[in-house]
Amino acid sequence: MSTTALFLTLIFVLIPLALSKSLGLNLEKDTIIATIRSTVQLVAVGFVLKFVFDSESYTFIFLMVVLMIGAAVQNARKKGEGIKGITWKLIVTFVLLEVLTQSILLGFKIVPATAQYIISLTGMVIGNSMVLAILFLNRFVSEVEAHRSESELILSLGGTPKQAIHKQLIRSIQASMIPTIESQKTIGLVQLPGMMSGQIIAGADPLEAVQFQILVIFLLLTTAALTSVCLGLLSYPTLFNERMQMIQRQQQHSK
Amino acid sequence: MDSKQNKSLYEPAIHFQHVSFEVGDTKILDSITGSFPTNQITVLVGPSGAGKTTLLKMCNGLLSPTSGDITVQGRAIHEMSPIDLRRKAGMVLQNSPMLAGSVYDNLALPLRLQGKTLSKEKALDILDQVGLEGEYLERDSQNLSGGQQQKVSIARTLMNESKILLMDEITSALDPSSLNEVEDLIRTLHEKHEITVIWITHNLEQAKRMGQYAWIMVDGKLVDAGEISVLDHSDIPSVDRFLKGDFS
Repeated sequence: MSTTALFLTLIFVLIPLALSKSLGLNLEKDTIIATIRSTVQLVAVGFVLKFVFDSESYTFIFLMVVLMIGAAVQNARKKGEGIKGITWKLIVTFVLLEVLTQSILLGFKIVPATAQYIISLTGMVIGNSMVLAILFLNRFVSEVEAHRSESELILSLGGTPKQAIHKQLIRSIQASMIPTIESQKTIGLVQLPGMMSGQIIAGADPLEAVQFQILVIFLLLTTAALTSVCLGLLSYPTLFNERMQMIQRQQQHSK
Repeated sequence: MDSKQNKSLYEPAIHFQHVSFEVGDTKILDSITGSFPTNQITVLVGPSGAGKTTLLKMCNGLLSPTSGDITVQGRAIHEMSPIDLRRKAGMVLQNSPMLAGSVYDNLALPLRLQGKTLSKEKALDILDQVGLEGEYLERDSQNLSGGQQQKVSIARTLMNESKILLMDEITSALDPSSLNEVEDLIRTLHEKHEITVIWITHNLEQAKRMGQYAWIMVDGKLVDAGEISVLDHSDIPSVDRFLKGDFS
């Protein structure tokens, strides 16, 4: 893509700006900030990636992975503020996911152990995991609040915390996984995935692009399942104390 | 004094010793000391915000006191496993939720939590005990009337064979006919199975009708306790006004 062509892509920013202004959506400032931030971040990451790819150093690869996980934790933790120790729970979830997926990918030599593959696939796995974690935490926190009386009923009848929260946990895991599963059902028919489109535009053989896309969608299924299950199992015990009482109820207790 | 009363004097079903409960700076229960006698129906009355529900939840272990001790059938509750305590002292709330599913599903819940299955015969027997016909077993629990739902809630709690029944305003949303049915049911269960009943009610007439023993709570304090006649009069003017029906 030429520099002129790159500048011409700003037309796609001007259209929403014009619509926002004329319809009084009041989104001009946010649109401009988003445009500047995404451009600066992408250009910066482009230089960083070029440096890391050229260096072929595992130390830099490791640092990039740590940076990605750190940013994902920072983003997702705001949605789980009601859950004690959410930061380390997210760290454990993302690290577990990264170790498991990279072990399978590199261990079985599905992809070569180079920065190009490790960092790109980590970006997709952790990025998706972060979105799923946010979806899961949003749903889990609201499910727990909405069905608190059911949980207390089960506890009052002699149920364990896991039994008291089981249905809410299952519903939250399902809710966070369904978008991934549903989008994969229509993949290739309604939408062409970004990674595959990018490869095709860059001149790759469409069949080769499809092969990598298959790898990615399968990877994202594991990501979806592991993120919500792991986060769910780590999170629910913190809603209860050692006497099997729901903690927040006590904090917000009324007579 | 008959043997039942003697037992209640010496073996309280639940005893509170300087029990307080605070949330932040708010004192919800203030140094409560007293007992619920064994095998009697104790009614717990007092204006809204007196701390009655908090006290009841402590008996079932859903809340713990911030200070003081509670003993259930002679054992300190902090030494009991929460699960044992909750099976021993079952609770029915004003709005005890019906879980999605049939009446059978709801009755089977306490046993399912223990990994056991409820036989149809036992389910029919417990339905009979609470005055519901066998045909209700397969009914959708969400489609029952308020009175029927409360009967199923009581039956569900009884599945744990609890010897102490804690009830919080269970008839406040019921029509007069359902209210009478639930009162008769509690009376029968109490007499037949020697169940200790602790019953929170705002209805002072009901309290006098049902109770053998009464606690009066105001602002987190136990202001009076004793035989049911304590509900006739109080030397404390504000409590006396409450007992005369002035809830302001």
